[in-house]
Amino acid sequence: MPHDHHHEGMSPSGHPYRPDNDTPLTYWQRMEIAVRELLVEKGVTTPAEVNEQIERMDARSPADGAAVVARAWDDPDFKARLLADGSAAIAEMGFEPEVMKLVVVENTEAVHNAVVCTLCSCYPRNLLGLPPDWYKTRAYRSRMVKEPRAVLAEFGLELPESTHVRVHDSTADMRYLVLPRRPDGTEGWSREDLARIVTRDCMIGTAVPKAG
Amino acid sequence: MRPPLPEVTPPDFPPPYPTARARFRPGDAVRVKRGDAPGHMRTPFYMRGRVGRVERICGDFPNPEELAYHRDGLPARPLYRVRFSMAELWGAGAERQTDTVDAEIFDHWLEAADAP
Repeated sequence: MPHDHHHEGMSPSGHPYRPDNDTPLTYWQRMEIAVRELLVEKGVTTPAEVNEQIERMDARSPADGAAVVARAWDDPDFKARLLADGSAAIAEMGFEPEVMKLVVVENTEAVHNAVVCTLCSCYPRNLLGLPPDWYKTRAYRSRMVKEPRAVLAEFGLELPESTHVRVHDSTADMRYLVLPRRPDGTEGWSREDLARIVTRDCMIGTAVPKAG
Repeated sequence: MRPPLPEVTPPDFPPPYPTARARFRPGDAVRVKRGDAPGHMRTPFYMRGRVGRVERICGDFPNPEELAYHRDGLPARPLYRVRFSMAELWGAGAERQTDTVDAEIFDHWLEAADAP
């Protein structure tokens, strides 16, 4: 949005102005607007269709992944199918993997898995929604493949020396979901209750679920 | 002296995506080529020249180096998950020698570890 004045200092009501889109558009932002407007002008797509796609992506959330994990904890046959072909298994539950090729990696007593994309920010968006901002930072991407134990400790996850750390760098066509270990003390829980303790970070591998 | 190669447990299920051309099998020792070229590549620099083991065959997929430039990327090329030890990737400075990194590497970036 063009600006001929600045919202700096205090507003008349005495509050600081909240930062907004106050900086000039970048080259790529201008490119996106130009291409989008051309596609609309030429009748290839409509603003409503563009918005629909954004809403579809926003409707996906870590709760979808948590439901998958809870079922895998509760249903050994489903877990076997999930590990063999993640996309086919989540489609059984009504989730739409579309082009996403999901690989599910299982935490065990001996192995802890964690996911990163060093080249960009590949993430199982079609199941979990958009990745957290830190997942896309160069700090996370470069450190996770070099000193994962130090990074995990900063997330509050101290792994025993005896646990093997297995980092997955999403370099090409696969997307990764960590299947965490079901914590002790959750025997007899419903799938809904199980899903509630499976956070986004548990499925990236930067946290583990806790029963209490 | 190369550090010991990481262990892999070959999957007990077939690749979920079709593959017709895979040259390597789970457990095979492979080296990532050191090559470089301008353009889009999905092989991280920190793995070039490193030796690991094939963990699984993912299937055959169009070559991203071609797809990035509006070509069809065909014929599809085998994609593998390859496991590297931290010792192999980072040497003596590794945080823990026997921890591992798995990554997807396309067939044309790999050669047998004992190739000259």
